[in-house]
Amino acid sequence: MTGEPRLSVGGDAVLRFAPHTRFRFDDVRQAWIVLAPERLMLPDEQAVEILQLIDGKRAIDGVIDELAGRYDAPRDVIASDVIKMLQDLVDKKVLRL
Amino acid sequence: MTAVDPPLAMLAELTHRCPLRCPYCSNPLELSRASGELDTASWKRVLGEAAALGVLQVHFSGGEPLIRRDLAELVRHAAEVGLYGNLITSGIRLDAGRLAELVEAGLEHVQLSFQDADMVSGDRIAGLPGAQEAKQRAARLVREAGLPLTVNAVVHRQNLDRLGEIIELAVALGADRLEVAHVQYYGWALRNRAALLPSRDQLDAATVAVEAARKRLAGVLVIDYVLPDYYAHRPKACMGGWGRRFLNVTPAGKVLPCHAAETLTGLDFPTVAGASLSDIWYRSSAFERFRGTDWMPEPCRSCERREIDWGGCRCQAFALTGDAARTDPACALSPDHGLLVGARADADEAAPDFVYRQHSASRRSPELLSLSE
Repeated sequence: MTGEPRLSVGGDAVLRFAPHTRFRFDDVRQAWIVLAPERLMLPDEQAVEILQLIDGKRAIDGVIDELAGRYDAPRDVIASDVIKMLQDLVDKKVLRL
Repeated sequence: MTAVDPPLAMLAELTHRCPLRCPYCSNPLELSRASGELDTASWKRVLGEAAALGVLQVHFSGGEPLIRRDLAELVRHAAEVGLYGNLITSGIRLDAGRLAELVEAGLEHVQLSFQDADMVSGDRIAGLPGAQEAKQRAARLVREAGLPLTVNAVVHRQNLDRLGEIIELAVALGADRLEVAHVQYYGWALRNRAALLPSRDQLDAATVAVEAARKRLAGVLVIDYVLPDYYAHRPKACMGGWGRRFLNVTPAGKVLPCHAAETLTGLDFPTVAGASLSDIWYRSSAFERFRGTDWMPEPCRSCERREIDWGGCRCQAFALTGDAARTDPACALSPDHGLLVGARADADEAAPDFVYRQHSASRRSPELLSLSE
């Protein structure tokens, strides 16, 4: 192993939810949820905003631009948070390229 | 006590009937008969009540759920009421036609059990000739059908040395996830503990194998693995805490906070025939009994980890001490911790033969009956 990120979730990557993974609003909890094989996630508000931008069309750079614009925040700070979260979800097979 | 959240998941144990005879079977010593199983209409009602209560995932399990002829009908109903449906199976009776029916009904995922990576050992542990081959066939069918596959491997002293091969098997089968579960010692497994409990050396080697494989297979195979209680210093948050996230419905319709809870005496577990799941979850004395932290004895009561591990496993506390309200002996702070430490010495002795279940209600020894009373 080289220590490099294995599945580089770089800026030009386009991610989508893996088959048989559901991202939906739960009426009972009044909250967004992710349902996946052997996994169930209750993403926080920030994660929900990121996941709502994962549509299988938009590249990660576009997701970061959108969020940076929304919050008027430094792009590199947002980029680091977004890529870290998305890489983790790719490793967990919730998202894929 | 803080407010009670709705449950996240439900284990629907459709039947106790099973072609396998694993010597660590987690089903109760006294199995439900086919004639006592809930019918299709009752299960549909339960699935509807579960979704309304806030359950998000339903795990169809058993026994072997494929034995139920109405499985696809129940899977379809689960999908219709918005539940994410998972099938937990031995794979023994799975064929392409049956699987296609389940996929069409809306099944999302299959968890397939393997008893070993080795053909001969796999069949021996499962207690069924041909089991290993049938499982490999089932895994291929699941992948061909486009469903995500989790391989579940229960590990113990008689297969733990082959964990590396089990990991390779999961990769070769195209699994997305491997769940490596150490045997939990209550019920039938407690009877076979001396034949199953691994040694410290075996365990250390397994941990090294898992850590190396996780790095090598990142993005290929997700490996879920936790250290077994018998070599731990702190207990697991069993089921994420009693009555906090999970409920289990038995083949006969009893509702339990965990699948082994029927081993506990002195609790009156409600049935789906007598009350709604919502009433049972929020108001039954059985779910209230060990919920939260009010029930806890010392050393849990004043422990900073009381809302992390929730006192550990009630069934293990009961199985080892006879009192379900004691701290889980898996905790090094428990006055009963010696009960686990002492058992480790067995792992250095020659393993006795497995004691297999006889699939007949009348052939149980008095000794085993006393365990379940």
